[in-house]
Amino acid sequence: MEEKFDAIVVGAGPSGNAAAYLLAKAGLKVLQIERGEYPGSKNVQGAILYSDALERIIPDFREDAPLERHIVEQQMWVLDDESYVGSTYRSAEFNKEPYNRYTIIRAQFDKWFSKKVQEAGALLICETTVSNLIMDGDRVIGVQADREGGAVYADIVILADGVNSLLAKKAGFHAELDPKDVALAVKEIHFLPQNVVEERFNIGEDEGVVIEMVGKITQGMMGTGFLYTNKESITLGVGCMLSDFKMQKTTPYALLEQMKEHPAIRPLIAGGEMKEYTAHLIPEGGYKAIPKIYGDGWLMVGDAAMFVNAVHREGSNLAMTSGRLAAETVIALKEQGKSMTEANLALYREKLDDSFVMKDLKKYKEMPGILHKNPQFFTTYPELLNRAAHSMLTVDGVDKKSKEREIRRNFMAKRSLFGLMGDAFKMWRAFE
Amino acid sequence: MHIVVCIKQVPDSAQIRVHPVTNTIMRQGVPAIVNPYDLYSLEEALRIKDQYGGRVTVLSMGPPQADAALRKAISFGADDAILVTDRAFAGSDTLATSYALASAIRQIEKDIPVDMVFAGKQTIDGDTAQVGPGIAKRLDMQLLTYVSAIRELDLDGKSIIVERRAEGGVQVLKTRLPCLVTVLEGTNEMRFATMSNMFRAARHPLKVWDKEKAGIEDITKIGLKGSPTIVSKVFAPSPKSVKAEIIDTESNQPKDLAVTLLAKLFTRKPDLVRDIAKNAPWSN
Repeated sequence: MEEKFDAIVVGAGPSGNAAAYLLAKAGLKVLQIERGEYPGSKNVQGAILYSDALERIIPDFREDAPLERHIVEQQMWVLDDESYVGSTYRSAEFNKEPYNRYTIIRAQFDKWFSKKVQEAGALLICETTVSNLIMDGDRVIGVQADREGGAVYADIVILADGVNSLLAKKAGFHAELDPKDVALAVKEIHFLPQNVVEERFNIGEDEGVVIEMVGKITQGMMGTGFLYTNKESITLGVGCMLSDFKMQKTTPYALLEQMKEHPAIRPLIAGGEMKEYTAHLIPEGGYKAIPKIYGDGWLMVGDAAMFVNAVHREGSNLAMTSGRLAAETVIALKEQGKSMTEANLALYREKLDDSFVMKDLKKYKEMPGILHKNPQFFTTYPELLNRAAHSMLTVDGVDKKSKEREIRRNFMAKRSLFGLMGDAFKMWRAFE
Repeated sequence: MHIVVCIKQVPDSAQIRVHPVTNTIMRQGVPAIVNPYDLYSLEEALRIKDQYGGRVTVLSMGPPQADAALRKAISFGADDAILVTDRAFAGSDTLATSYALASAIRQIEKDIPVDMVFAGKQTIDGDTAQVGPGIAKRLDMQLLTYVSAIRELDLDGKSIIVERRAEGGVQVLKTRLPCLVTVLEGTNEMRFATMSNMFRAARHPLKVWDKEKAGIEDITKIGLKGSPTIVSKVFAPSPKSVKAEIIDTESNQPKDLAVTLLAKLFTRKPDLVRDIAKNAPWSN
């Protein structure tokens, strides 16, 4: 029995679900194939949900989506071994509906999203791996699943199979992932009673806090740490570039263990019971690492296409948006009676270029390269900054001018005037 | 040949947590699976169908979301699926459950006579092993538990010969059909679903039966009312502290490690030496 669909979506993460949902809702015959036992069983994220991207797909998602807490406070910490210098932004504005950001638990969120996809009419098949694309010359005409009678055909195949897209690699759309283009992140969820979470972080019911961390917690490797508050738990994680882990011979879990022992972090998770430990790759190569994302009979969305803004820790919103734009492209071509050729699918790239996805990725295109070559941003500066703060805040009879001189001397000793100016220029270029 | 297989959706007990504050089982976020013991029964039923032809109907009692377990059974090759679900069943213990399932099987029989019923040996969440026998008793069927192999099935003579694991050995039993069989783990290995069965499972219109459709006559025999079992306490046993010992040899060669390990085992359990000597092939 050979089945033919209008569209096959490979993967049931945020990008695949967004695409499958909109395609099915538009009345197309959609098959979604997921490798995991159920949607969400293999998916990992920090996880912060950015409302805007989902709102454009399911406007009333707040009615029944499993959301943990909306974010009212964002902290940014720069850490050395003993201390951190931080900034905090908290606003009553964030307490006004509709809320902009939420913490979520992906296992629950993905189940909800997938239910919406199935209700929209897409056929979901789990525990099935797509092992190959079926080609007719250069044109993708279907997928080969790893089951007896696993050949299924469609006008368009949307590759939403995540960061390590084996399918794209096999089909030659992607080269092997470069370790300097992917981060490896690990995270833990620690259970704490709701009232403890709220007291510890000074928040009310449903309110949440985000703490982003940079500095010596990554032991000189390019990466960041994070801590999010959920309803009855705290998520804590750290991620660094795979190439750095390889070079430093450090393991991600050792890094996380050490981070949990930091004097500023330990009391925040004290008494918690670890409920979940997960690890995942994050494509952080940025704009320059984006592969070919469309061709005859296929489109690529989400992590598979490297759509992650590492600087702002955004990924799922880029994934959902690219999934939405892919669906809109396919729907538009179908309506106009056009075929799914590479030339016609260029519309997808146009839509992406026009959206925040490509604009943001383009803005930070120099960032990965600059940070790779300049580990001082993760070691020397956090240390200098913390020492400066410590000196200025210790009242010990030394006059402030002498303290400032001492701080300046420290900076110069570590980086030289030329180095400092160079670093300032590099940071400006990275954020330009 | 019409076989009914009773299955249950259970929380994956490997991933279950006890709420640290309330001491209740946290089911949220714990994946639901088909009771693993039921899969051996289902596979055995499917093998009979492959060999002799016929029909396999899967039957489950549970909340509406238990349809996932039934769809899974269809993906493996079951022909039809019935979910018995009704608020009135909430709180059923093994007595009430076997009453309800037996009643549903009588309803199934009104369409097509049932030659065999398969049930799991036990569930991983209740571990009672009572529901299968309870159904057999109520339906007045021959009961074959802990079956490790089906040796012979005579459809014309309506008889079956099975191997049954018993304490201290294997019994070979012959009985007449219809009968109820519970299958021992490891008897077979569940097949890998074909793509067309995956599609069939995703699209299959499940039959959903409430208590009327399931033919329940006496509602005092289902749900909490029909369940004399009382749970007096739920608690998480404190984890056993077993100190692991790391065995290290200078050479780190597998052979040296094995010798060191065996020496340690024999020192700790002197009886082992005697047992091994007794059971060794050269001792006969």
